[in-house]
Amino acid sequence: MNRIQSVFKNRKDNEKLMGLFITAGYPDLDSTTDLILGFEKNGADIIELGMPFSDPLADGPTIQHSSDVAIQNGITMNRIFRMVQKVRKESEIPIILMGYMNPVLRYGVQNFTQKAAEAGVDGLIIPDIPLEEDGMIKEHAKKNSLDVIHLVAPNTSDARMKLADENSQGFVYCVSVTGVTGARDGDEVSKSVSRFIERVRANITTNPVMVGFGIKSYKDAKSIASNADGFIVGSALIDTIKTHYPNEGWQSELFSFVHSLKFGN
Amino acid sequence: MTTKTKKKTYNFPDSKGYYGQFGGKFVPEILIPAIQELEEEFNKAKDDPEFQKELAGLLDEYVGRPTKLTYANRLTEHYGKAKIYLKREDLCHTGAHKINNAIGQVLLARRMGKKRIIAETGAGQHGVATATACAKFGLECIVYMGEEDMIRQKLNVDRMRLLGAEVRSVTSGSKTLKDATNEAIRDWVTNVDTTFYIIGSVVGPHPYPMMVRYFHEVIGNETMEQIDKAEGRKPDYLVACVGGGSNAIGFFYPFIDDENVKIIGIEAAGFGVDSGKTAATMSKGTPGILHGSLSYLLQSEEGQIELAHSISAGLDYPGVGPEHAHLKDLGRVEYKAVTDEEAMKAVKLLSETEGIIPALETAHAFAWLENLMPKTSEDEIVVLNLSGRGDKDMGTISEYIREED
Repeated sequence: MNRIQSVFKNRKDNEKLMGLFITAGYPDLDSTTDLILGFEKNGADIIELGMPFSDPLADGPTIQHSSDVAIQNGITMNRIFRMVQKVRKESEIPIILMGYMNPVLRYGVQNFTQKAAEAGVDGLIIPDIPLEEDGMIKEHAKKNSLDVIHLVAPNTSDARMKLADENSQGFVYCVSVTGVTGARDGDEVSKSVSRFIERVRANITTNPVMVGFGIKSYKDAKSIASNADGFIVGSALIDTIKTHYPNEGWQSELFSFVHSLKFGN
Repeated sequence: MTTKTKKKTYNFPDSKGYYGQFGGKFVPEILIPAIQELEEEFNKAKDDPEFQKELAGLLDEYVGRPTKLTYANRLTEHYGKAKIYLKREDLCHTGAHKINNAIGQVLLARRMGKKRIIAETGAGQHGVATATACAKFGLECIVYMGEEDMIRQKLNVDRMRLLGAEVRSVTSGSKTLKDATNEAIRDWVTNVDTTFYIIGSVVGPHPYPMMVRYFHEVIGNETMEQIDKAEGRKPDYLVACVGGGSNAIGFFYPFIDDENVKIIGIEAAGFGVDSGKTAATMSKGTPGILHGSLSYLLQSEEGQIELAHSISAGLDYPGVGPEHAHLKDLGRVEYKAVTDEEAMKAVKLLSETEGIIPALETAHAFAWLENLMPKTSEDEIVVLNLSGRGDKDMGTISEYIREED
């Protein structure tokens, strides 16, 4: 059983798992591993580590900004692998690399999947690899025991949800709204999301489901993920960092926000 | 012999939208239903006589097709070699070939019941063409344009606004076409149910490269007929400029199976292919994924997209259509690059010899004549695609000439 499967297996009844997204190398190269370890201490169950790309076309301004900063900071794929290695010395939290296909392709898919697995990565989320194109990564990921997590959206048909389930391992990522990443009005999202998750539940029966996009508070998470196995927060973390970095105590501000997302206080 | 040459041997894309190893549909799941629906509707429309009739009618009465094939007698005399003909896409309504595709896609949008149109634009020609087609059909039109391009192509910004379009300034990244495309895709992801995205070149996820090619094939088809009428044969050379590559593919495609026709695509070298300030994707690029398809890209070792440079906003793009990438690898089309300076010289030469001021994009194709013509002979024929007129570039051209003086 891999680390992702373990966290879902050990999940308590009614517990919502919390997945946190952070762009590798944001706000600086040195903080990333500390942030991951701090997130874990404050309730994170899964880490999505963003691989920055110059042209993140499914992302809103917040994650675009974090990617730009990380690239300026000199982030590289090898540095990302070293960050994961460093976390692995102290933690078994599942780590999923999330990002666009081009940097992966440039690194070489075979080499990338091998190095990622060696570093201690558990899975991959590549938003611009839909089911049609996943032949490009599938076999290499499998060979290296990396889970491939597909996304479904409110406009995904029942048939494609079933296909996403068949072709995913670990969990299926439900995009709560049609749109780019970014914090939104939680009440509005939760209104439309419940029917979507109902449909997800009817079609996705093998994998757990995590819901993301637009969650920025404990209250949002409660209502948006009420019928899911967990929730994912990304942009709201980056926004919090942006507000406090590099003031003294920016990390503890961030960690207390993380704690409140999972526990409400 | 006739049966042999008429047999269609080149048959791309495949059913998955691939041109050899290039193409595909690398888009988020949210966009998959939209591109599937689009492909279905496009295939239906192609076979629908009503659609064809309406499209043909608009191309005739509104766009002004067929565009002329002009014999460039003084330019021919200047080089003293092969005869030079010009396919006059600059005479299309709005001043460039882009309207062929904009009209086609607007008709599709209408069939699909989409009332909100978005587009990206670099030089502004595609934006103007889209704004024009939207005005003609009473559709809402939003055009994304890089902040830098809005300065370089101010006249086109004013034209789009006058035509009733909203021009949204894009300030991310290089503030040019690449970033305008990112922003248009983000809009599409957000408003996918109501919105039709009119991509302006043979780029993007399948079926766009195939569909945009289809709407521009008229350029090559007319050329074939017109040169046959004028000379009783096919040309020896075709030359066109390549940014994303829409005018080139439309011009080349009907000739691809005829191996006696040598085909040359001209990219923008900017300050020079090896200067680090270039848009010569085919010469300097490596395979990668941008804006939904796999093609040659200007990118770093880490797979970050590099900023392109060209004096021409329409060629200032770090990618290229996947079919061009495939044609390069096949060796069927030869891709060459010319610098800003060479293009500017060509603007002057064509203006002075033929009384035609070409767009800066188009001038790149003409600049290649300096290399090509000495190798040709008097009994050969060269046809250039004069993809657009240069009025929009007068600011840039005047400034360049002033700096030289």
